[in-house]
Amino acid sequence: MTVTDRTITAPEETLALPAGPAVAHRPLGVFTRPQGSEGWRSWLFTVDHKRIGIMYGAAAMFFFLVGGAEALFIRLQLATPNGSVIGAGTYNGVFTMHGVTMVFLVIMPMAAAFANYLLPLQVGARDVAFPRLNAFSFWCFLAGGLLLVSSIFIGGWFQNAPDGGWFNYAPNSGLPFSPSKGIDFYAVGLQITGIASLVSSINLIVTVLNMRTKGMSFFRMPVLTWMLLITQFLLLFAIPVITVALFLLMFDRLWDANFFNVAAGADPLLWQHLFWIFGHPEVYILILPAFGIVSEIIPTFSRKPLFGYHFMVASGIAIGFMGWGVWAHHMFTSGIGPLAVAAFSVSTMFIAVPTGVKILNWLATMYRGRLRFTTPMLYAVGVVSMFTIGGLSGVTHAIAPSDTQQTDTYYIVAHFHYVIFGGALLGLFGGFYFWWPKAFGYKLSEAWGKASFWVMLVGFNFTFGPMHILGLQGMSRRISTYRADEGFALWNMVATIGSFVIAVGVAMFLWNVYASTRKWQRAGRPDVGPDPWDARGLEWMTASPVPEHNFDSEIEVERLDEFWHRKYGVDENHRVVKTATAEEVAHDGSNTKVHLPSPSYWPIVLGGGILLVGYGLIYNLWLAAAGLVLLVGAIYGWILEPADDPDAAGHHDDHHDDGDGHGDPSGNGGPDGNGESASAAAPADTEEAATVG
Amino acid sequence: MADEATTHAEEHHTSTGISNEKLAMWVFLGSECLLFGGLISTYMFNKGRIGPNDIGPDDVFDIPFTSVSSFVLLMSSLTMVFAVSAIARGDLRGNRIWLATTAALGATFVAGQVYEFTAFYSEGLGFTTNLFGSAFYALTGFHGAHVTIGIIMLMSLYVMSMRGNLGPERAETVEIIGLYWHFVDIVWIVIFTIVYLFPQ
Repeated sequence: MTVTDRTITAPEETLALPAGPAVAHRPLGVFTRPQGSEGWRSWLFTVDHKRIGIMYGAAAMFFFLVGGAEALFIRLQLATPNGSVIGAGTYNGVFTMHGVTMVFLVIMPMAAAFANYLLPLQVGARDVAFPRLNAFSFWCFLAGGLLLVSSIFIGGWFQNAPDGGWFNYAPNSGLPFSPSKGIDFYAVGLQITGIASLVSSINLIVTVLNMRTKGMSFFRMPVLTWMLLITQFLLLFAIPVITVALFLLMFDRLWDANFFNVAAGADPLLWQHLFWIFGHPEVYILILPAFGIVSEIIPTFSRKPLFGYHFMVASGIAIGFMGWGVWAHHMFTSGIGPLAVAAFSVSTMFIAVPTGVKILNWLATMYRGRLRFTTPMLYAVGVVSMFTIGGLSGVTHAIAPSDTQQTDTYYIVAHFHYVIFGGALLGLFGGFYFWWPKAFGYKLSEAWGKASFWVMLVGFNFTFGPMHILGLQGMSRRISTYRADEGFALWNMVATIGSFVIAVGVAMFLWNVYASTRKWQRAGRPDVGPDPWDARGLEWMTASPVPEHNFDSEIEVERLDEFWHRKYGVDENHRVVKTATAEEVAHDGSNTKVHLPSPSYWPIVLGGGILLVGYGLIYNLWLAAAGLVLLVGAIYGWILEPADDPDAAGHHDDHHDDGDGHGDPSGNGGPDGNGESASAAAPADTEEAATVG
Repeated sequence: MADEATTHAEEHHTSTGISNEKLAMWVFLGSECLLFGGLISTYMFNKGRIGPNDIGPDDVFDIPFTSVSSFVLLMSSLTMVFAVSAIARGDLRGNRIWLATTAALGATFVAGQVYEFTAFYSEGLGFTTNLFGSAFYALTGFHGAHVTIGIIMLMSLYVMSMRGNLGPERAETVEIIGLYWHFVDIVWIVIFTIVYLFPQ
């Protein structure tokens, strides 16, 4: 084992540490902790929130390419009347997997990437509350994602892919109507990613509530922190509801229960209710992180504080509450009765108000600002304009008679792509450009970035704009082909061309990443500085890329936008003047004595156990039993893991106690008897965010 | 409670004064409410959806028996309180005794549930028999699984205590497991009322 003393590992200059002698300090080798912060193994066993965030982003980008390829297949099939690119059965699998992938494996984990990377930094903490659980969330998500995507290949091309649409209505999802393994993959895979989201939400909520630095009161937190916090609460309460639905579906399909068996008297509307009670908060789970990102980017490049900070936060909270009261607007045509339709109609119109507040506040922030149209700013403005279009078409769904006409047509497809692609995804891409220098130490090329933005924006509007027209003409969703005499040919062709333009835009983004990295490496890795955009949040107050320990010392916060106020003051004429450079204010990352949590084997082992259980449930219960043994073993290994790493001299460890929320009997040292370690003192006694050790 | 909170604030430097572990348990239990809420709703939605001659709640429920096992589970909450109080006083032996008692009461409840399931099954109500059967077994079985996990946690605490790894400084660990245990009990009160006591 490579022994790397983390106390002397400088954060940025990667010390190529020689392989030290393997030290056997535990009779059971597995109960030691992995060490080192270099090489691929350090990524597998890392508990560093920043690395976990980067892994979330990379995995989400991989799934984005998968889901994007599926989208292109859909568009090729629909490009001309009587399309024959893929058959009807495959088409069902392709559009289902496109939706499932984009919602659960792209937008949610991309938001999780920002949440993991930025939340601890923005509140001035050294890491999340439970670093090992954080790593587990990622591996568990990856397990669920790989299980879902593997359904495309297992047993033949799209033979066993989920084929019931992303919302998978009963009774169509029952065995008689969908006899392949596809829906099983859906039910099991989404339960696994649900566990990941749930664990992550608990972790991040505790982080924000409990690990704020000195003086960081709730109303000094950046809007991104607020929006991510609200998102985590939505996840916390929404995920269990879909888990119940998936659980019942799994029982129906695997063990012949009757929950959605119409022949036994079941009412398939139960699925719709459970799904949409989850599904509508889910919409806000997808969009609120992007709103937060936009709220960081626009003030920075308008050189003004965010207009109406408190109103912005309050409208986010309002969305968080009201999002629970609108689910049945997805079910206006399902026969829920006129009273329910009227009530949900009104609540749906109301929820447009806090969203409108946000749009107006962003506009007011930009108004008379000194705007700099950098790439992140272009994306942010793109969100404001495209999301507005999607929001307006959303209001038309609130009007029940109009919605009855639009249900299951391409108008709906157009609407939710304007909010999810035009809102969430553009925002997340803007976030990539904005925080890239913070995470990696160099900017992406502005020229390529702007070009790829415009290509994506134009392609996006050509793809989804015409779908409004197609929908109003009456073209149905989820039908693999249409006749030539239906008059859909022109706009379908336009949409298909547009979708390939988007693909070019995405390719330009990937090229930008590659080319900018190469350029930076060839130039001798110049330092971009802590604050390349003249920004406002605490995450800019440390070196780029962020050192492993985040901040050199605890920051004391006195007001909103603390970092900006440390750079700027007011002169005698009440003019804002720069009083200090970012370099003077920011930490340089030189403090290498901050206590850090030690890496751990168990999160990835636990994720592997869950993956086995997943395949086992679908194919063979013996495999599930083996996975369960691995899972239980991993939980106990986790608990028995030495609380402190004996080889990491001087390192306290603060995650020996992070298991309690999830059925671990104790989070602490345990029978391994590591008496001298932190476990002898009070639990969690070293919960010192960014404390000098 | 207030005193305790301030001590924790000094110990852990958390912003709220509640330790991370305890806060995480509270947040987790919040999520569990929705999980059980979904299952209970499903049960209520489905319990009446059976044919006129189908086996239903009135045919199988043995309310006196289930009342006794519910009482046993409620008493386990009392002994859990004693366990927490014992370790807070530094009475490690008392803590072990009450942990074991709590686990034993919980196990009695689960055993009662196993007996009940077997009896119902022999009367003709299987998991796949009808909608009532599916919904009943899913809901109560899910709760039973929660109790079982709680028992495993209590037993693990007991073993830790035997090995000298559960001193008074870890009182909060016992308290957090106690939170989970009380939650599972409270959920049972709701389930018992809705499933067994409400007129069918």
